[in-house]
Amino acid sequence: MTSYLIQGAAPFGGPAGDLLLHEGRLSDPADAPPAVVTIDAAGLVALPGLVDLHTHLREPGREDSETVLTGSQAAAVGGFTAVHAMANTDPVADTAGVVEQVHNLGRLAGYVDVRPVGAVTAGLAGQRLAELGAMADSAARVRVFSDDGTCVSDAVLMRRALEYVKAFDGVIAQHAQEPRLTEGAQMNEGTMSGVLGMRGWPAVAEEAIIARDCLLAGHVGSRLHVCHVSTAGSVELIRWAKSKGWAVTAEVTPHHLMLTDELASTYDPLYKVNPPLRTADDVEALRAGLADGTIDCVATDHAPHPTEDKECEWAAAAMGMLGLETAVSVVQHAMVDTGRLDWAAVADRMSVRPAAIGRLGSHGGTLEPGSPANVVLIDPSSVRTIDPRESVSLSRNTPYAGLELPGRVMATFLRGRPTLLDGKLQ
Amino acid sequence: MKRHLLSSADLTRDEAVRILDTADELRSLADRPIKKLPTLRGRTVVNLFFEDSTRTRISFEAAAKRLSADVINFSAKGSSVSKGESLKDTALTLEAMGADAVVIRHAASGAAHRLANSGWVRSSVINAGDGTHEHPTQALLDAFTLRRHLGELDGRSVTIVGDVLHSRVARSNALLLSTLGAEVTLVAPPTLLPVGVSSWPVQTSYDLDASLDKCDAVMMLRVQHERMNAAFFPSAREYSRRYGLDDRRFARLPEHAIVMHPGPMNRGMEISAGVADHARSVIVEQVTNGVAVRMAVLYLLLSGDPDDSFASQQATASAGPDLGATQRQATR
Repeated sequence: MTSYLIQGAAPFGGPAGDLLLHEGRLSDPADAPPAVVTIDAAGLVALPGLVDLHTHLREPGREDSETVLTGSQAAAVGGFTAVHAMANTDPVADTAGVVEQVHNLGRLAGYVDVRPVGAVTAGLAGQRLAELGAMADSAARVRVFSDDGTCVSDAVLMRRALEYVKAFDGVIAQHAQEPRLTEGAQMNEGTMSGVLGMRGWPAVAEEAIIARDCLLAGHVGSRLHVCHVSTAGSVELIRWAKSKGWAVTAEVTPHHLMLTDELASTYDPLYKVNPPLRTADDVEALRAGLADGTIDCVATDHAPHPTEDKECEWAAAAMGMLGLETAVSVVQHAMVDTGRLDWAAVADRMSVRPAAIGRLGSHGGTLEPGSPANVVLIDPSSVRTIDPRESVSLSRNTPYAGLELPGRVMATFLRGRPTLLDGKLQ
Repeated sequence: MKRHLLSSADLTRDEAVRILDTADELRSLADRPIKKLPTLRGRTVVNLFFEDSTRTRISFEAAAKRLSADVINFSAKGSSVSKGESLKDTALTLEAMGADAVVIRHAASGAAHRLANSGWVRSSVINAGDGTHEHPTQALLDAFTLRRHLGELDGRSVTIVGDVLHSRVARSNALLLSTLGAEVTLVAPPTLLPVGVSSWPVQTSYDLDASLDKCDAVMMLRVQHERMNAAFFPSAREYSRRYGLDDRRFARLPEHAIVMHPGPMNRGMEISAGVADHARSVIVEQVTNGVAVRMAVLYLLLSGDPDDSFASQQATASAGPDLGATQRQATR
């Protein structure tokens, strides 16, 4: 196995130094073997490989929009070494068989560790629990369970799920969306939805579920993770739940850190997403929440869709946007360049904490000798214009097309093997 | 004029007045034995209707035909759309047929906007109603009707009553009538006013009775049947009692005030039969005016030079009833 000596990179954005990747682990640079490959990384920031808690790989079922292979490649390009593959595939990942299949496809692809997320309820139908224990005990070792795309809205079912996964240290990742308040909803309910004549998606539909779930998690002493927090009120509720000492964690997507519902005025469904883009005040509260740690992590909610599902009228279009390949750039734009997070904190929010929530022992490391050689090198001085045609995803539905964004992932190493080198997929 | 008419918000005051003035000239055609102008001869107007709306479609059809345009009616029913063809493919087909203007009615808000800005067609796009968003030619014909009865709209008070939340007519009118200087009041139960309405250039009220004394016109909106069972209000009767324009409320209006309705009416629900058929109800006239206003929109969008088509029309006026002649007649 080739060894790599990364020279002059700044671990966690601190003082520059050298990193030796040897036999799948970080080692003392003084121990570099003679045949080591040297990488000039002056000016680059080195972080532990990024971990995404929320990725849609679409396989099985929608291989026209993404596969485990292409999604894994997009993840590697984005600096990720592990992704959690959401369960809303076809068939749904609600049995040991399906999660093992996704897990195996990920191993065969070899670009990132693919950790399947198991469905909470059979068929995502919200009626009865899926076999959570079987998925946890399977070769895929599922720890994160979610009906993402739909909400576990039944309070009793949610309570039982929260309780049940305690047996194997699992976590329920809730897609917080009160279904009755959001029937036919198209975009954030506010000034823009009134002007544009689109069915509103009120903030309270998210916040009411989060409040309930925090109370349930506190009551039964279970781990709750809140997916894609999008409103200022949600941030407040999570801050309150954490102040109680409850085991509540939360994620925010890159797009909710940057984009607002004003974009809906184009009626271009590239900006149609669930939860919807909110207001500038919400964006500000989300940035503040991520900065102070109320929101634990950034998760992409990478949601590939084929062209025809976006090249249509808004109401007919699919919800979701690509996120893996642009996540670091958006976070740098929204959080680093604004002075709200330094690179060490970015590593915390994009690697350490999501790895801890997903119980991924070999990710989210320290870059100290001995830890697994999952490393990403980022060039913060680079600026690029996003061109959807350059994406390695099978889909093209990026909302950042044509935008100039800072930062670029130059290299990604998974257990010492480069998946991205010199900005090129390996 | 701009290339498309998608929203009342697209119209400056000058542009709106220009359309209304043009419609005024064209309106006189309706009283002449030969109702046709050669202005758009050889141009093709497509009526692309994804929703049933016989009245709007025939109004556009009559308008286009009176300007001598060729008209193609493309209705979603019985077309490839019902077999799942996308808006894009339908648009490409129309483009290939050489449409100069596409008049689109669609159940999705923003469909006209999408058609105009997606690069699928080069033709002008006229929004004939998109979901719960806008219906700008309805607002223009309402403004036109108001102007005929009340004169200039500056400072005039117009009360719009009913399901503002789901009404494209209310949205377009709130914007256009405000642009033209009118004071617009939206009256509805709180459940049927959109969130964020406070940012609109209008007053709002929950109390119809308090809004009647000073208004110069009342516009009643249709209450769709599907709203009646969706908890927006307790019952049709309660809605009618609180927000219907009945004979008693009508009697409290100023004597010059007119009553409008975009149609089709629910008689006995938002408007009583007595009010609907009253001499100060201009509901039927709105339909007539609709043709003139839509002629003006088609004419201004399609007849070449954006800055002054009138002058060039007069200069090249050929024999027969042309618009130049109409204008001279109108200004006598």
